[in-house]
Amino acid sequence: MFGTYLRRELLGRRRQTIIIAIGMALAIALVIIVNSVATGVRDAQAQVLRSVYGVGTDITITRPVTPPSGTDQGGQGARGPRFDFGAGAGDASGDGSRTVHSSRLTVGFGTQTMAATSLTTVQKVHGVEAASAVLSLTNTTFDGTLPSFGSRQQGGAGATPAPSGGSDAKGGSSFDVDSFTVMGMTPGGRAVGPLSATTLAKGRTLAASDEGKHVAVLDSSYAKSKSIGVGDTLSIGGTDFTVVGTVSPTGSDSATASNVYIPLDVAQKLSSQTGKVSTIYVQAESASAVDSLKASLQKALPKATVATQADLAANVSGSLGSAGQLVSNLGTWLSVIVLAAAFLIAILFTISGVTRRTREFGTLKAIGWSNRRVVGQVAGESVLQGLVGGIAGIAIGLIGVLVVNVVSPTLTGGLSSGRGVAGSMAEGARRTFGGGTGQTGRFGGAFGGASSGARSAAATQVDLSAPVTAWVIALAVALAVLGGLLAGAIGGWRASRLRPAEALRSVQ
Amino acid sequence: MYRLKNVTKRYDAKGRTVTALNDVTLEIPDGQLVAIQGPTGGGKSTLLQMLGALDRPTSGTVELGDASLGTLADSRLTGIRGTEIGFVFQGFNLIPTLTALENVETALVPLGVSADERRDRAARALESVGLGDRGDHRPAELSGGQQQRVAIARALVKEPNVLLADEPTGNLDEDTRDEIMDLLEGLWRDRGLTLVIVTHDSAVARRAQRRLHIKAGKVKELA
Ligand SMILES: Nc1ncnc2c1ncn2[C@@H]1O[C@H](COP(=O)(O)OP(=O)(O)OP(=O)(O)O)[C@@H](O)[C@H]1O
Ligand SMILES: [Mg+2]
Repeated sequence: MFGTYLRRELLGRRRQTIIIAIGMALAIALVIIVNSVATGVRDAQAQVLRSVYGVGTDITITRPVTPPSGTDQGGQGARGPRFDFGAGAGDASGDGSRTVHSSRLTVGFGTQTMAATSLTTVQKVHGVEAASAVLSLTNTTFDGTLPSFGSRQQGGAGATPAPSGGSDAKGGSSFDVDSFTVMGMTPGGRAVGPLSATTLAKGRTLAASDEGKHVAVLDSSYAKSKSIGVGDTLSIGGTDFTVVGTVSPTGSDSATASNVYIPLDVAQKLSSQTGKVSTIYVQAESASAVDSLKASLQKALPKATVATQADLAANVSGSLGSAGQLVSNLGTWLSVIVLAAAFLIAILFTISGVTRRTREFGTLKAIGWSNRRVVGQVAGESVLQGLVGGIAGIAIGLIGVLVVNVVSPTLTGGLSSGRGVAGSMAEGARRTFGGGTGQTGRFGGAFGGASSGARSAAATQVDLSAPVTAWVIALAVALAVLGGLLAGAIGGWRASRLRPAEALRSVQ
Repeated sequence: MYRLKNVTKRYDAKGRTVTALNDVTLEIPDGQLVAIQGPTGGGKSTLLQMLGALDRPTSGTVELGDASLGTLADSRLTGIRGTEIGFVFQGFNLIPTLTALENVETALVPLGVSADERRDRAARALESVGLGDRGDHRPAELSGGQQQRVAIARALVKEPNVLLADEPTGNLDEDTRDEIMDLLEGLWRDRGLTLVIVTHDSAVARRAQRRLHIKAGKVKELA
């Protein structure tokens, strides 16, 4: 009878059933989609972090950047390389213009170095499983033609003759500024650090015997974009390096943490940063002890910025960062609100249903139905309505997730500056050009293919996929049942309070 | 056998007290056909609620056989309603979403009989009220008289000792009224029921063995 009555009620009062089920379905679908996308975004963030910090890195240590003083304008010093060309620099050509070429290897913008001895300090801290240090650098190459300023330099306050020569023979100039990121790292040490998240694509990786040698490993996508292969030479800071291998990120088709990897000691020497490193990667002995390890490390190195993966995840920027924010804020709130609304609809409709059926329940009680049976009937109807809605919601949710996975939007994620690695390098490159803007105008010169290298290192492209876990489905079913039970409990409570005498009294 | 002693029922509603039954003492022997008449608001339905174990008196005792309906626990009253008392309501009170057969079946649910037996007995009860072929109809698909027949089948399917009817013909035209009264009278005669009918209709009341008149909560026997 329970089943028959249930079926008859749900089919007989279809409008109510459909409204409750639709409300529940929308809420459940939303919960599933938000949950899956959130998982997808978390995965993507982890992928970005992995490509920048490597697998197994629990904590990174950097030195906070001191803000530049007001007089230090134009992208010099710590903010980027500066090119000074003296009057006689470069090779003079026939028309008086000069061809100049300069290559600088400097500490990337937003990067502050610390003593390499910090690594030893870190390794001594209790709870550190492994640690490695790198030096993040930016190599900027400047190739260009400068016009002759001969007449201008000689002429006094009078009329200034137009400059001559240059690339357009009218005093214009042509620059080609190319910059890429270089990471100095201890050769052979791949256990922790950026290279731990990479796979060797071609050639070999840096070995312990490479210390002091001018050899480089390239990010495979950078190597491809620059048409550099294994065995070729690459000029870094004016020194020729032999490319011995290329690496690509594990499990993603994006870029690795840096364009170029070279031995740490060589990097320190070429950038005049002897005894300096910029980032220390730390692997904790136990994943559960990361927070306490962070505190110990902070105590050992009070001036450094100690960041856990969780701290870093909050720093993922770009569309991935926005997606993360959107999902965690809007998505969660929307789910909660829609869920609450669905529950409320179910409860209100159940209460009004019980009120409308006062005579019906009174009659059943009058002919001997126990309170428990009447309450069970009301609750059963509500739970079934919730379940129907839940199942429809799971179907809608899965379709929504499928759409997300088919569209698979590509999210770009980098790390906000201040952490000293990839993200800040692009920033460094940009600032460098900013410093030259004034000159650009005056010379009417053209800057060539600027910062593509730096950009590719700064941002990681991740295709968003929204995985549906059994846990999410279970959660959805549980929520649907919970909503039904809640409505059923309240409706059942109302029904239990009906007195059987109502059967005689309540007139329809 | 009903025994009512000094039964008073008061309702407190909106700050004033209504005495619906005022010191009623009354006996109804098994198998009697009793008609209850009286002006509206006189207390007829209230008396029926006392007899039907739907409500408890404010004071006094109501006994059905050995059971004291005023003091038994709710669950015992539910049991008595489920097994011993059949109800027929003025407004039929069928469950609109269930078929005629299923409506009759609801009365057998408290008895805990098997689904097959339930269906069998319900079908036979429907047949006995002349609706054997309309079992799969919803109440809305039946005429008023047919609906009341279904309600009577529902009241009788559990073979109660007592049948209480509160204005069972109040919503019906004269022909149908006589038809239903014929049916009730026939069942009463066949089964030896105690049948108590509340009615406004003197034509109905005339068919009873005994007529009671209730006015302002006081019961009077009519000759
Ligand atoms: N639940 C209740 N709450 C308050 N007052 C009630 C309640 N039930 C009945 N009464 C009052 O008790 C009195 C008797 O009511 P009852 O329903 O027994 O009358 P009745 O004789 O059946 O009238 P009718 O012929 O109109 O059905 C009325 O004055 C009524 O207002
Ligand atoms: Mg009445």
